[in-house]
Amino acid sequence: MFASCADPKTLEGLAWLMCYLTSGKHMLFYGSFLVVLALMLIVAPVALAFGFGGALAARSPFAPLRWFGKGYTAMVRGVPDIIFFLFVPVAMDQGLEWLRHLWTCPPTGEPVWSNGEFNVCAAAKIPLSTTPQIWHEVYGFALAVIAFAVVFGAFAANVLYGAMNAVPRAQLETAEAYGMSPAQVRRRILIPQMWTYALPGLSNLWLILIKATPLLFLLGVEDIVYWARELGSTKSAIYDYPHPDWRVWYFLALLVYYLGMTRISELLLGRLSARLSRGQATMAGEAMRKAGA
Amino acid sequence: MKKLILTVAALALSTGFAMADTVRMGTEGAYPPYNFINDKGEVDGFERELGDTLCTKAGLTCEWVTNEWDSIIPNLLSGNYDTIIAGMSITDERKETIDFTQNYYPPAASAYAALSEGADLKGVIAAQVGTIQADYVAKSGATLLEFATLDDTIAAVKNGEADAVFADKDALAPFVTEGGDLKWEGDDVPLGGGIGIGLRKSDTELKGKFDAVITEMKADGSLNALIVKWFGDDAATF
Repeated sequence: MFASCADPKTLEGLAWLMCYLTSGKHMLFYGSFLVVLALMLIVAPVALAFGFGGALAARSPFAPLRWFGKGYTAMVRGVPDIIFFLFVPVAMDQGLEWLRHLWTCPPTGEPVWSNGEFNVCAAAKIPLSTTPQIWHEVYGFALAVIAFAVVFGAFAANVLYGAMNAVPRAQLETAEAYGMSPAQVRRRILIPQMWTYALPGLSNLWLILIKATPLLFLLGVEDIVYWARELGSTKSAIYDYPHPDWRVWYFLALLVYYLGMTRISELLLGRLSARLSRGQATMAGEAMRKAGA
Repeated sequence: MKKLILTVAALALSTGFAMADTVRMGTEGAYPPYNFINDKGEVDGFERELGDTLCTKAGLTCEWVTNEWDSIIPNLLSGNYDTIIAGMSITDERKETIDFTQNYYPPAASAYAALSEGADLKGVIAAQVGTIQADYVAKSGATLLEFATLDDTIAAVKNGEADAVFADKDALAPFVTEGGDLKWEGDDVPLGGGIGIGLRKSDTELKGKFDAVITEMKADGSLNALIVKWFGDDAATF
């Protein structure tokens, strides 16, 4: 990065450290923090949408839709996360390539799955092997987002389902007495009122999501854990910056990062919780009313 | 989400027309001097230089991809990349699932390293998971302790979890020679049938291309020169 870093083996002390911490590899490490942040910020709304859909489906008067909603939450909640994280991306990747294979490849009569190999013609690969590596990474990241969203969506669906059931019946009945249709009751009363009941569960999920991001590494996305391990491991003289096993320092940095993230989240969620409790017929709402009066 | 996939797919489509096929070279990136990620963040090492030379000679466009060692064969089979060029020894067991080109590195010695002399080689021995060295340790009567990376095996010896580490001698050498705490222990053990490029069994055409250029490089001595450049004058050559 700096001109003085051209020959790192001659450097010492602070100058060496400056050059070391700004090497190309470290830049990739810093960049991977953004990848993790992006994952959290994309997954959270997508999972919430999945959860919303799942919760509404589970409450639907239409039986097949209800079965779907309940089945989705029961299945994801029952199967270990790690299996989902390994299965969903692989299944989606191969499924999409297989569909594209049917669409684009000339029929060869050869099976796509044979001898443990998965072979589609070159034109059916997603992304094509000629695409720059960056798009392969974006694609892998997108699959990871979907896997995370499916899993966290199921948990969110259950939280929202519970929250919808927790809204006092009297409030809904009042709305009905005003002559609102079921859809109006849902839109005007049920959904706005449920958030205060949903927030504790959703905030748990958000904190679990923050801590689950290292699973990205399992999906082959080069995240902060990958780079911390790679950078921290012993470097022999073949590297520009030889050093002994420094993994403990890199992982300490990650510890600080994760604790920082969860602390900031707690502060923000605390504020949000106070905002949502105002005027509610809950203990928290009642306490606020008394404190104000 | 669907939209995202479609966008990605559309991008993949629009960028990929009318270009020669790219061969995606899969490697581990944590096994110096065979392959490692250099300080610029790029794949480097003996296999990078060899692979690039082979691709140029065979007229192929190659792209480098890193993958964890544990899953390097499954991901080849599912088509995430087209070759494994990651210091992988040719063994009969691996040949049941994948194919290899002829070797580009002669059968190499493996060696034990321990903190102090006289370590018990029938005690607890650390090795990288899924390597021929791990197989050898399991059969030698010692207690095998497997780790995902070479670095983890070294760490296990240093913190006393294992009595010694058993690994490819060239990969282990920096930990012993560069003022490290480790010392060679016992005799070297020749293992495997040399190192080759791993390919899907159905990829016979690519195998032919690589075999031809490896033969060519063996004949004109350029492969030996490359081995000496990365492994030193004492390295075994063809």
